[in-house]
Amino acid sequence: MSELSVRHLLGIKYLNEKDIQLIFETADHFKEVINRSIKKVPSLRDITIANIFFENSTRTKLSFELAEKRLSADVINFSAGQSSVKKGETLIDTVNNILSMKVDMVVMRHPNPGAGIFLSKHVKASIVNAGDGAHEHPTQALLDSFSIREKLGDVAGKNVVIVGDILHSRVALSNIFALKLQGANVKVCGPRTLLPKHIESLGVQVETDLRKALNWCDVANMLRIQNERLDISYFPTTREYTQQFGVNKKLLDSLDKEIVIMHPGPINRGVEITSDVADSKQSIILSQVENGVAIRMAVIYLLASKIK
Amino acid sequence: MGQKVLLSEKEINIILHRLACQLLENHLDFKDTVLIGIQPRGIFVAERLTKILKEDYGVKAIDVGFLDITFYRDDFRRGEKTLEATKTKIDFLVEDKKVVFIDDVLYTGRSIRAALTAIQSFGRPSEIELLTLIDRRFSRHLPIQPNYRGRQVDAINDEKVKVLWKENDGKDVIYLINK
Repeated sequence: MSELSVRHLLGIKYLNEKDIQLIFETADHFKEVINRSIKKVPSLRDITIANIFFENSTRTKLSFELAEKRLSADVINFSAGQSSVKKGETLIDTVNNILSMKVDMVVMRHPNPGAGIFLSKHVKASIVNAGDGAHEHPTQALLDSFSIREKLGDVAGKNVVIVGDILHSRVALSNIFALKLQGANVKVCGPRTLLPKHIESLGVQVETDLRKALNWCDVANMLRIQNERLDISYFPTTREYTQQFGVNKKLLDSLDKEIVIMHPGPINRGVEITSDVADSKQSIILSQVENGVAIRMAVIYLLASKIK
Repeated sequence: MGQKVLLSEKEINIILHRLACQLLENHLDFKDTVLIGIQPRGIFVAERLTKILKEDYGVKAIDVGFLDITFYRDDFRRGEKTLEATKTKIDFLVEDKKVVFIDDVLYTGRSIRAALTAIQSFGRPSEIELLTLIDRRFSRHLPIQPNYRGRQVDAINDEKVKVLWKENDGKDVIYLINK
């Protein structure tokens, strides 16, 4: 019998390859469960989970909440916008107050990198990082790899290019860790201004020519241009970005082989990918969303089983 | 740790044939009956019985599924280890069917309790029966009894019944092991 090597899911950085395989195998079973006519199992009847979101989210929040409910956990939701955080309460106080209501697990999204790690050192509950600033978004990376594994059979040995704003993207960082851990080859592609210095030290290659990157890869993960995080001008105009780093059907059809298109959402249609690419049969964007629920069920189930 | 042979290959084979005949007596052509092997070890019994029914008794088609009960167990977080799931494969509806649960050893009855909950996700069966190869009679925690039993055993709690199958373990034999 195997179990996770960690008590919290703070980032892919803290996982080993066996953990990832265990999460995937467990997610396979949950994927079967969520395709039944009755999609619920009673495993987590005696577990209470708080979803604490200090930053906006629709998909991730819904996906976590659905995963928790499919496992029969009790769920409470908390958004910073309507809370005492605005009155000046600290993070530890906020969370400890929630925990006094006998909560076993906290799923947290926070704008500051390392918020989850900080919290895990100060509170008793099991912490799941649902995105911390530009640091990590581990469940997104897990569901991305799980979707690649589902589509192509395996992640090891596959060529994956991550396109877009690598500098501000927690999805990119978690994906790089996860893909490297599973033995995939990773390239990042985007405007020089949005590629962090020394990114090569993570074992990835840098490519600024999108066509070359696409011709090399099996999978292209197209990131969203996060206008809300672009504090200064990193490229002249959105139109110019699209011309150089956007994927359209014409470009896709002119490649030497058929590649898989991924996107963590929400899509800016017509910016990083055009509608006909997003809706093409090469795109697995909607299976990513479906797999997200199964992956989150697996992560929560495996972490909850370690709560004593 | 001592072990003795409870049933040999030949005895297992005779018992499986008897159980197949008993199933046949109650379900005839298996038109409205489905066999559900309980994961992880009940699937071998289910597959053997299906083979005997088809090859030796001319039953043309039987729906056989495997049911994993991990997520329905009542001991989540109560043991040291994470409960690890196995595959569920039921590609038919059990609505209005007669379901026969098949397992190798009936011990506390808790697995069958979990299976009774789990099967509800696949519809409402018209009735559910239980077939078990070994029935450990004095160790039940719940009021659950088999409809078909291979062999009844008076094992004490310190003892373990271990069922081995050719396709998985290299030989057919059932041991009673002193822990």
